[in-house]
Amino acid sequence: MNRRDVTRLVAALLLSAPAALAETTDVTEIAITYIVDHPAIDAAQQGMLDALAEGGYADGEKLALTVQSAQGSMPTQLQIAKEFAGREPDLLVGISTPSAQALQSVAGDRTVLFSAVTDPVAAKLVETLETPGANITGTTDKQPFEPTLELIRTLLPEATTLGVIYNAGEANSVAQVEALGDAVGAFGFELVEATAAQTAMVPDAALSLAGRVDAILIPTDSTIVSAIESVVNVGTKAKIPVIASDTDSVERGALAALGFDYYKLGWLTGEIALRILEGEDPGAIPVGALDTQDLYLNASSAEAMGVTLSDELLTTATKVIQ
Amino acid sequence: MSLFAISGAIEAGLLFSLVALGVYLSFRVLSFPDLTVDGSFPLGAAVTAVAIVSDVNPFLATLLGTVAGGLAGLLSGYLNVRLRILNLLAGILTMVALYSINLRIMGRPNISLYGEETVFTPFEQFLGLGIWTNCVLLLIVAVAMKLFVDWFLATEIGLALRASGENPGMARAQSINNGRMTLLGMTISNGLVGLAGSLFAQSQGVADVNMGIGTIVTGLAALIIGETLIGNARVAGATLGCLIGAVLYRFFIAAALSAGVLGIQAQDLNLVTAIVVAVAVVLSQARRNRPGPARPALWQRLTRRRFQKG
Repeated sequence: MNRRDVTRLVAALLLSAPAALAETTDVTEIAITYIVDHPAIDAAQQGMLDALAEGGYADGEKLALTVQSAQGSMPTQLQIAKEFAGREPDLLVGISTPSAQALQSVAGDRTVLFSAVTDPVAAKLVETLETPGANITGTTDKQPFEPTLELIRTLLPEATTLGVIYNAGEANSVAQVEALGDAVGAFGFELVEATAAQTAMVPDAALSLAGRVDAILIPTDSTIVSAIESVVNVGTKAKIPVIASDTDSVERGALAALGFDYYKLGWLTGEIALRILEGEDPGAIPVGALDTQDLYLNASSAEAMGVTLSDELLTTATKVIQ
Repeated sequence: MSLFAISGAIEAGLLFSLVALGVYLSFRVLSFPDLTVDGSFPLGAAVTAVAIVSDVNPFLATLLGTVAGGLAGLLSGYLNVRLRILNLLAGILTMVALYSINLRIMGRPNISLYGEETVFTPFEQFLGLGIWTNCVLLLIVAVAMKLFVDWFLATEIGLALRASGENPGMARAQSINNGRMTLLGMTISNGLVGLAGSLFAQSQGVADVNMGIGTIVTGLAALIIGETLIGNARVAGATLGCLIGAVLYRFFIAAALSAGVLGIQAQDLNLVTAIVVAVAVVLSQARRNRPGPARPALWQRLTRRRFQKG
């Protein structure tokens, strides 16, 4: 490549970005960013896009879509947010707490929609869940633990101690464990916490609970869920039932989950997006939450962990994995 | 690339030029491969964020964050110098410990500073620069810190510190206490990184316990790009290289984020970073192999000053 070619290449690079923008003036532009690639985040994004397509905004037709992952880096997340703000899209979407916060800090008078944020009030994204106030709203993945605790009580009438494994460095997980701590007393459980900062530390955390708890509950924590097999392994050997909070984990060996479907949460986010695109004031749209939970059961894990599944449970389950 | 994207790249670049200056002090001047920075960066952010939400003046909060970063560096230095733990391991130990310490300091993994007063707030109205406010303020801070490092490394203590990193045996012969120099250098180095973390939290409006991931890689990339472009024979050139390298590195990322450029997308960033650093290292080796000025100047200046003083 000689010098002239290099100059041409550089010129082409500099010109290509504005040219790409100029083509997309008569369609709705949505820019989505998320902190890290993760199955739950992917599912939420897909649900949102499908809801938008159903509402008449299909990608490539009426919708121009930009999706960028910060790959776990906060500085990159900041740059993505600035880059998005410069594009002047119709809607900025942040999936996960740090992504939503980064968009909020650059938003100005642009509209921000968030998804999969467990505690939008603590993250200072909204004033209250009912009336967000500013030009920002979205959906939360906070789920009530009461139905899950009731399920554990049904499965294990004798249980008194409940172990929970989570990553203390994840804002979402800490919020969940706090809520769990408030809820267990009413069901006669005592909570025993174990933390793992990385996937590699999950087996140790699980082992630390062996012999001390009657059941293990895994919240929707990406670090722990990534290594759910090692928790299941400990649960099988020590005969401790492992209950998850997402349905995927049941297919990977957890005994049961009153699952939270991130695809459905994404769909709900998409419905809010449609309302905003039709001109509704985002500050007046309450933060959305899912009120349905699907029961998934794993029959072979139940046997390995020494739990008998009643016929009643098996019939109410959405899915039973053999 | 929009103006917003450019301002974001400059802002992130100037913030990370402080990290690059810190990494220059540890890696190059002291020859101490210090991994503490992945912990001291979020430490600076954590201390500042907690102070700000407790209604401490933001400037004092920034100072506290900087001091906290310096103490983390001092700890790594102490583990290495006094407890004789290998330098690389000493940094890793402090970094790992800081993850728990940062969580303890913040009490939770994420503190939002949205709507809080920061060091940037008083200037937003006053300067009337809109989206460029942070860039201008950070440029002032970065240049001030560059000049501070230039000045410090030219003082007698600074010269002794450089001598200690360059040739510890020779430095000891000049009655320089190498251990003390390591402690001092590590404190200043991580103080700069703590300051970067503190300002990062305030400019982005959030402190998160996971925000330190990859700080060392970004700092090294900036340092090496700067060295490739400007060289590191002189301190003033090397520190200028830190500033330019950090901003350029963030422009690479901004280019990768702008849709359509060579088909690179955000998810390819880590690969792009690795390639940029590898190419920069190869180029700087090519430069080093060329005959250039050696560094007798350092020793001459050092002996001259000591001699005059004695």
